[in-house]
Parts: sequence; structure tokens; C-alpha cells
Amino acid sequence: MELHLIGLGKAVFIWGLSLTMIPVLIWFERKGSAFIQDRVGPNRAAVLGVRLGGFIHNIADVVKLVMKEMLVPSHVNRWYFVIAPFLGITVVLFAFSVIPWADNLRFSDWNIPMQVSTLNGGVLFILAITSLNVYGIVLAGWSSNNKYSLLGGLRSAAQMVSYEIPLGLSIVGIFMVYGSVQLNEIVRGQGELLFGFLPRWGIFVQPLGLILFMVAAFAETNRNPFDVPEGESEIVAGYHTEYSGVRFALFYMGEYVAIVLASAMIATLFFGGWQVPYFPTEKLVAHAPVVLKILLGAGTVVSLVAGLLCLGYDKRLGHWGDLRDQEGKILAVVAFVACAAHLAGLVFLWGKELPAWGLATVATAAQFGAFIGKLLFFCWFFIWVRWSLPRFRYDQLMRLGWKSLIPLAFANIFFTGVVLVLIDRFRS
Amino acid sequence: MELIVFYILAALAVTGAVVMVTRRNPLNGAFALILSLVSVAGLFAMLHAEFLFILQILLYAGAIMVLIIFTIMLLNLSKEELREPPVGRIRGLIILVASLVGLLGFIRVFRGLPALQAEVDPAFGNIEPVGELMLGNYLYPFEIISVLLLVAVVGVVLLAKKVI
Repeated sequence: MELHLIGLGKAVFIWGLSLTMIPVLIWFERKGSAFIQDRVGPNRAAVLGVRLGGFIHNIADVVKLVMKEMLVPSHVNRWYFVIAPFLGITVVLFAFSVIPWADNLRFSDWNIPMQVSTLNGGVLFILAITSLNVYGIVLAGWSSNNKYSLLGGLRSAAQMVSYEIPLGLSIVGIFMVYGSVQLNEIVRGQGELLFGFLPRWGIFVQPLGLILFMVAAFAETNRNPFDVPEGESEIVAGYHTEYSGVRFALFYMGEYVAIVLASAMIATLFFGGWQVPYFPTEKLVAHAPVVLKILLGAGTVVSLVAGLLCLGYDKRLGHWGDLRDQEGKILAVVAFVACAAHLAGLVFLWGKELPAWGLATVATAAQFGAFIGKLLFFCWFFIWVRWSLPRFRYDQLMRLGWKSLIPLAFANIFFTGVVLVLIDRFRS
Repeated sequence: MELIVFYILAALAVTGAVVMVTRRNPLNGAFALILSLVSVAGLFAMLHAEFLFILQILLYAGAIMVLIIFTIMLLNLSKEELREPPVGRIRGLIILVASLVGLLGFIRVFRGLPALQAEVDPAFGNIEPVGELMLGNYLYPFEIISVLLLVAVVGVVLLAKKVI
């Protein structure tokens, strides 16, 4: 019974986490594109004067999309047209079930894996599930019953099938190095040190694999520079030309969740996942009181600085002439409350003996923080690339996939195998 | 609990298969086939053959069916091009039910129905045993099949391309 409850809790947690990342990513996209193009970006939508640097725009977005009419044109295939937007996002959310966000939580006789399912297939499960992702787009393109949408759907189908091959082949090297296809095992293998000082992360043992995987992941998520299925300069908006309202929003949510998934996979396979560099789990648990003090102390300092900065922001007092003038003060109050809470926690826990479950939880929290940090960085990386690179032409995209990535992936597998055998010989 | 999931998956698999052969529009048939394949994959997962479950989705539902749908969409058949089914609906249903009952009766009489719960090795159908079989016991057949596939791929490219 408890196991079922824990499993349910974990499923709800990862589901909520992946959906929560959508507004964060939209905010990244808006503010990031503004930053790269030297603009200000969204700064108008406000709740009681608080704008959070444009973050409140997400709420305005949702209200707008929900209020809009969900138009179903008369010439479409109604059943497929309605079901297509749901397929994309449902399928991607499935794949999160094997992503680990911390090491197993061990105390007394508990050993709870911090992933929803410890499936034997591991990474292969994610590959299998994401290969179903194409159906949403293909169905939308076909059922819309117009030439541009059909072209978008066709492009997407061809692109997904082509780039699945390098995507799968590029991580075979990782399987060979860490000797497992289970994500948790791979991450554990990345906790060791290489030559005594370098973390044994995927990026250091499989640099070519990382590049191949990243390129293929960009193509699989239909992101720039590979977003030809919705190339607006050629085929209007591709597969979602006929969609409006919440159905249109579902396509975008699916795309952003796919980005989160791809970032989680890059972080997990090549950047140590939940590993805090140089601090394997046992060390973290052993030093948990110190880790807790560092975390709380850092929280105190950061929120104090943030509060002071928010007060300084107040210098444009009277510029707007409404509640927005007070934004700096409101945010400063929130920051100071957070600072006080961290400080109170620090004082309260200073010199106290933590129980076993407390130690384990602190270690898990630190690892979860490391994972989220890496995840957010790669989410930002996706947006960074989108606003920096132009789109490929369709034939260039196919040539890159089949003539460059696949041979390179094979060469990578062969080279990895040779090196592994040589190391084995050298040792014995 | 397991029995309920099994019946749902089995019903979906059979429904998908039946819908696949009865629809006139090939795209409807293709999607019904996907439903059937995914349900069979679910049955594999219930048997703890997790690797088979993943391969079923990855290869059949994820790759092969995408190519089939790609072809159907490229052909973009109009309604007039679709032929009437050779057998009427009611007659087809009668044949289907009769053959199903006949098959079950045949198995019941000559072999006896298998036990409802069979013991399976927990490692059955996982990656390691499958890999050991493919690259150990059956290495030569495996390699010969891969050469055969390569020949097929090269042949298709030769046939399709006018100038090489």
C-alpha cells in the first residue's frame, strides 16, 4: 500500500515538474529572444503591479488561449483533427517516467528509487516513446486537409524517422562505457573520477556522442535549426496552420515538454544527471549537516542580495503612475521574508543532530538541485540555439542526417569499442 | 487488477486488428494497426518481457508504421480510387466469428487450453538474455540476416536511383 502511494506521489511529482517547466521555458524564450536581439521583451502584464520580469505574461497567454474559439474548419477530418493535439503531449509525458532526479533515498530499511519506473529498458523506453511523438504532428498535418499542412506533416515524418537513427546510435557508446541501459546506473557510473580529477561524465568519455545526440535531439524536438515542419517562410505554419485556441496551445506545450525531456536526457546521459560533481551520494550523506548549512546559508545570502537589488529597482518610482511603481518594494518584501526563513532554519538547525531520514533527504535535495540546474541550463541552450542559428533547407537537413551523423555515429561506436578492448587488455 | 488490464489490452488489440481489415480508408486501417501493435506491446510488458515491449513500440509502432503512413499520405488516395470490399460486412462478420470459434474448439479438442498462469524466469525477455542469444548462440544467423538486409537496402537504392 505504501509503495503504491509512493509510486503515485512520484508520478504526480514528475508530471507536475515537467508541466511546470512549460511557463518557465516560454518565459526563457520571450526574455531570451529579447536579450539576444537587444530588445526589452514582455514587461506589461501584471498582477497587482507585480510583473516578475515578464513572467506574468504566461497567465495572460493562458487566459487568451482558453477564451479563444476552438475552430474546426468544415473541410477537415474531424475525428483525427480533434485527437491529434492530445497525442503529442500525452506521449512525451509518458517518457518522463524513467528519468531519475536523485539517487535512491536510503534510510533504515527504505530504498526508494527517485524515478517513477525502474524499467529494464531504461533509455530505450524513452527512445521508443518519443518515436510515437511523430503521430500527433502527422495526423494534424493530414487531417487538416490542405496542402501546406500535409507538407508539414510529411516533412516531420521523414525528419523524425531519419534522425531517430543517429539519436539511437549516438548513445550506444554511452551504454558501452557504463555497461548499462538504465539511466540510474549510467548516472551512478558518472560519479567516479577520471584520471583522479575529472568527473567521469559522458561529455568527457563520449564527446562525439554528445554532439551527435544534441544535433539529433534538436531535430527530434522540431526545434530550430531543424523546424522545417512548421517553416513559416515556405508552408505558412505547417501542420498547425488550421488550429486555434487550446488545441494550438497543446502543440506548443508538447514541443516545450519535448525540450524539457531532451534537456533531461542530455543532462542525465552526458552531464552526470543528479551527480553533484566530486560529491558521490555516500559523501553527501556523510556530510549532510554541512551541506544543509551551506544550502541554507547560500539561500540567506542570495535572498538578501535579491531583496536589496529589488529595493534599488525602486528608483523609477512614479514612472508608471499605478501599482507597478510598487513592484520593487513588493518583491523586496518577499525576498526578505525568504531570507528570514532561511536564517531561522539555519539558527534552528545549528548544532542539532539530524535523524537518518533527514540526512538522506538533505542529500537527495542537493542532488535534485544539481539535476534541475543542469536541466534549466540545457533548456536555455535550446532557446539560445533557436535565436542564434538560421533554419536549414530541407535537403540540407536530410543530407546532414544521413550522410554525416549516421556514419559519424557508427565510427564513434567502433572507436569506443576498440578503446574499451585496449583498456581491458592494458589492465590485465 | 492485472486481469482487468490484460482484458483491456487484449480487447484493444483485437479491436484494432478487426478495424484494420474492415476500414476502406487505408489511413484508418494504419492507425487501427498502430493501436493493435501498441496493445500487444502492453501485453509483452505484462509478461515482464520489457525489452520486447520496447522493441515492439520502437520498431513496429514507431518506425515501420511511420513509413507506411508516410507512403499512404504521399499517395493521397481519393474516395473513388478505393474499391468496395470483396465480402459484405455481415458475411465477413459471420466468417470471422465462425473461424474464431472453430480455432478455439480445435485447440480445446486437440491440445487443451494452456494454464492461465505460467511460471516465467524473471530475466526472460530482458536485454541481457536477448543480447546473449543474438550475439552468442545465434551469432551466424544474426550476421547473415544483417547482410541480407544490407543487400536489400543496396538493391532498393540501385532500383530507385537512375544515375549513381
